[in-house]
Amino acid sequence: MAEERAAVRLHDVAVRFGAFTAVGNMNLTVGDSEFVAVVGPTGCGKSTILNVVTGLLRPAAGEVAVFGKPLEGLNGDSGYMLQQEAILPWKTAEDNVALGLIFRGVAKDEARAKAQGWLARVGLKGFEKRYPHQLSGGQRKRVAMAQTLIMEPRIVLMDEPFSALDVHTRRLMHRILLDLWQADRRSLIFITHDLDEAITLADRVVVMSAGPASRVVGEVEITLPRPRDVSALATTDEFVSLYREIWNLLGAEVEKSYVVQ
Amino acid sequence: MSSSKPQTLALASSAGSTTSDEAIEARRRGAASAYRTKVRLTRLALVGGFFLAWEAGARAGLIDPFFFPSPSAILGRIAQWFAEGDIWGDLGITLLETVLSFLLGVTGGTALGLWLGLSRFAADVIQPIIKVFNAIPRVLLAPIFVIWFGLGLASKVALGMTIVIFIAFFNTYQGVREVNPVVLANARLLRASKLSLLRHVYIPSAMSWILSSLRVSVGMAVMGAVVAEYLGSSMGLGHIIAQAEGVMDATGVFAGIVVLSVFVVLLDLAVDRLEKRLLVWRPAPSHDDA
Repeated sequence: MAEERAAVRLHDVAVRFGAFTAVGNMNLTVGDSEFVAVVGPTGCGKSTILNVVTGLLRPAAGEVAVFGKPLEGLNGDSGYMLQQEAILPWKTAEDNVALGLIFRGVAKDEARAKAQGWLARVGLKGFEKRYPHQLSGGQRKRVAMAQTLIMEPRIVLMDEPFSALDVHTRRLMHRILLDLWQADRRSLIFITHDLDEAITLADRVVVMSAGPASRVVGEVEITLPRPRDVSALATTDEFVSLYREIWNLLGAEVEKSYVVQ
Repeated sequence: MSSSKPQTLALASSAGSTTSDEAIEARRRGAASAYRTKVRLTRLALVGGFFLAWEAGARAGLIDPFFFPSPSAILGRIAQWFAEGDIWGDLGITLLETVLSFLLGVTGGTALGLWLGLSRFAADVIQPIIKVFNAIPRVLLAPIFVIWFGLGLASKVALGMTIVIFIAFFNTYQGVREVNPVVLANARLLRASKLSLLRHVYIPSAMSWILSSLRVSVGMAVMGAVVAEYLGSSMGLGHIIAQAEGVMDATGVFAGIVVLSVFVVLLDLAVDRLEKRLLVWRPAPSHDDA
């Protein structure tokens, strides 16, 4: 991809918390409408990168560019889906999804109508008036997904969004996410520790080293054709060889992270 | 006192339940309603037995009716009050004092709680001061308020308010501090302004705390009003009780207490309603206390 077309470009970015260097000399480029998965051992600062891209965290060194422009303050082009349960328990599904629009000043009726459309897109038609406690874990995740995507961010950031779900629900979420991404083709940075998940979803998997001062140790293009069939993919030879290739990069780093701990 | 009506579970409204689910649900409800009937009957027997024994004891001369007037005498006195009609004026004045001290106290306490909950600096500066003020036994302020504001409405409202404001403050403050940080971060990521955060996150999150403070506050507002009336006034339920006490009329004191209790229970029911309406989003409690 051409450098200036990049949605996100991190150049020699370092993040420090006091004397502790979480991320050191990080270089990452995410193309327009590219799906990038970032994997790495626990505590390698994967989430830190998303905080940098959102603008919540200022890097101690290096440059952050969004669509060619240096990032100042909060990133207006990004939408962030958090790892933990983050939807508002006192709002119905549709009000949760409409929330970002309401904050932006969109009229309530209009925001609700749009939210209903998004709930339908994530397969939650008929659940508009439910409160979060009346939904299952997977349904709540779908509400959270719609809540992020309704803002139509050009860059979507997801931090291990499905890690708390069981395998079957997770696969369903993968299918929904891929369908939505296929339709709108936004840039997406997806943090995960699950290699299967990374290979299934992404165009490219970036492997980070163990912390502290973690950096990119390698990346692997995922050449699997799209659209992908989530349930059949994992048994193909190509998938297995990609898995091996990434694990060759990651395995050593995981070992190192154990030693550090 | 705060016995709430058994709630029908919100779960029952879930759409698309199959027939077998409905059958199970019906059976579960049948068992629950049988249990509730048992609880109610036992309670009735307990209370009814107590009053019957009291009545019988008073009539048989086992209990001195000068100190413990019979329930029928107390009821008779209450009926007489309402027949004469003067009591309505007293009830009205006590209600007005209660409502005013409640509203002023809750508004002030909630505002203060939100402010200190959101501003760490303000909290650090002001909290010790609030603790000191809260340590003053409020009833002792009543004479001061009478000196400042006279024997009328203002001194009663002032006393009730000083009690209510602290309850509302501590609960709101706690509620704001306990906002789920992840939910808060998410709302910020959705670009909520400060005002939006207050409206959509802080206040709803603190609402369960605020409502539990209302429950206590209602009782306290009544107490403030009545105690202030008791200490010096020309009207109100506290005044009636004080007058009865002055002539050693135990029947009058008991009758006043009964009217007052019913009054508080009714106010409590109103708060109950409000709570149910405002907290629909909360999961139904796992067991209803009938």
